[in-house]
Amino acid sequence: MTDILSVRDLEKTFGSLVAARDITVHIPAQQTIGVIGANGAGKTTFVNMITGHLRPSKGSIWFEGEEITGRPSREITRLGISRSFQVAQIFPSLSVFENMCTAAAIGRHSGGFFKNVFTPVHSAQAVADAEAAVELFQIARYRDVRAFALPQGVRKLLDIAMAVAGHPRLLLLDEPTSGISIEEKFDVMQVVMSALKSRKITVLFVEHDMEIVDRFADRVLAFYDGTVIADGAPAQTLGDPKVQELISGTKIRDTAGRAAHA
Amino acid sequence: MANRSTIIGAAVFLLAAVLAPLLPDWVVSLMAIAFANALVVLGLIVLWRAGLVSFGQALYYCIGAYIVALSGRWINFTDGVVLVLLAGLFSGFTAFLVGFLIARYREIFFAMLSLALSMILYGVLVKTESLGSTDGFSVATPTFAGYAPHGEMLNLALYWLTLAACAASALAVGIYFRSIAGALAAPVRDNEIRVEFLGVSVTNVIHTKLVIAGTLAGLGGALAALIIGHVDPNMAYWTTSGGFVFVAILAGAGSVAAAFVGSLVFEAIRSFAVAMLPEFWQMMLGSVLLLTILFVPDGLGSLATRLRRKPREVQPQ
Repeated sequence: MTDILSVRDLEKTFGSLVAARDITVHIPAQQTIGVIGANGAGKTTFVNMITGHLRPSKGSIWFEGEEITGRPSREITRLGISRSFQVAQIFPSLSVFENMCTAAAIGRHSGGFFKNVFTPVHSAQAVADAEAAVELFQIARYRDVRAFALPQGVRKLLDIAMAVAGHPRLLLLDEPTSGISIEEKFDVMQVVMSALKSRKITVLFVEHDMEIVDRFADRVLAFYDGTVIADGAPAQTLGDPKVQELISGTKIRDTAGRAAHA
Repeated sequence: MANRSTIIGAAVFLLAAVLAPLLPDWVVSLMAIAFANALVVLGLIVLWRAGLVSFGQALYYCIGAYIVALSGRWINFTDGVVLVLLAGLFSGFTAFLVGFLIARYREIFFAMLSLALSMILYGVLVKTESLGSTDGFSVATPTFAGYAPHGEMLNLALYWLTLAACAASALAVGIYFRSIAGALAAPVRDNEIRVEFLGVSVTNVIHTKLVIAGTLAGLGGALAALIIGHVDPNMAYWTTSGGFVFVAILAGAGSVAAAFVGSLVFEAIRSFAVAMLPEFWQMMLGSVLLLTILFVPDGLGSLATRLRRKPREVQPQ
């Protein structure tokens, strides 16, 4: 199987602070990858470099055989990499359906300037896509509720549903379960993961809850101090003594302080 | 729904055109000015939906007006239809250039920068003595494909020209509002990050809106110049921009129709107030705005839409 995403020798420095270094990862299509690590370990920096939000200081990123290092995020989105956010990025004044329809119309008809000006946002296909998406992500009962009034779990689902509307091949989820109660977490992840599986999307998700990582990931990357310290099947990575000591285990260290020293 | 409002709109414009010969001359003039100004207000609504308020639409209004006036003065060209189209093109192009500067700004910075640009034009015109300085100059009587009407007929012809421009603009803006780019107004106002990550450039969306608003303001200015028969630098002054913002707030951003309803109501109240309370007409306008904001917060335009659409507000669960 060819790799959908290849990251080679990636490094990001902010002045003297090294936020990411020596990251080399190859991701085959349709794999589901969990990313773990303490706060400040470089997970979000890693995601932000792939989506073009941050420009790497060194190294290269390849998507479907094409180099995308340092390209603007809009272009990367159009190439087929989408993302959701730690804090759901939705349109609060619009209903769930209007949120979805906007995303679906752009995803379906995304084109140049003139196409956007002359294609109706409620085209038959966009409406059908939006209806299908609210069903798929099981938020149909909130269809006509304005987004500002949504419960946290539904916000996150809507955020992810909108990210998927553009038919990405690779989706990056930054802490999909943050802000959701422990009782709801598994249900939300179940909905998300089965929806994404049905669309054959390669997923990379950042997550703090080790049970969720263990349950949903095919492979786990463990970040520490800006780099990948373990990479393998969930049982292997989560069982790694270094990972247990530094990330998931009993010993809790001030990793942010360490990163600052490096 | 979309088709229904288009049909209703077309019917109202036709009715307004057909009834005009039956109305007194001064009413026709008043309505013509109200419709011309409504175009500027429509442009403000386009921007407002994306959360932007321009205090500088007078820039394009004035450019449109001066294009018409200068064409008559310098090259003796007076064809009304061509002049109005030319003015729209020229002010739209100006907005396109200005957009590269101000499409990146938001909120008060956007408002003040647009105001500053219009004041530059005001300053230049005031200093230009060959164009009459603060007094301005007269606009040559327009012709229509060789036909040169006078008196009441001219009045009517200009009114119909204004109505035609309004109908075409209303139709175009209606189509735009229902398009992807048009529907992105609320998303841009709500959350620019998500719009960018859907793969759309927020700057481009706003730039487009600036060009649309500029073109509409230019059309309005050109028509106003023809109807009034005179142009002066006050057309670029910030109080002119402020007046349009006033009408936009009165009208509300709910629909295309709002611009026309708002502008007609404003012009009617102003004429009434000036005639009845010459000392206090501004106070009366202020009170009307205050009452509108208090009791019809979505603007007078929302009254028109309320008649045919029941409020469909879904309660959050």
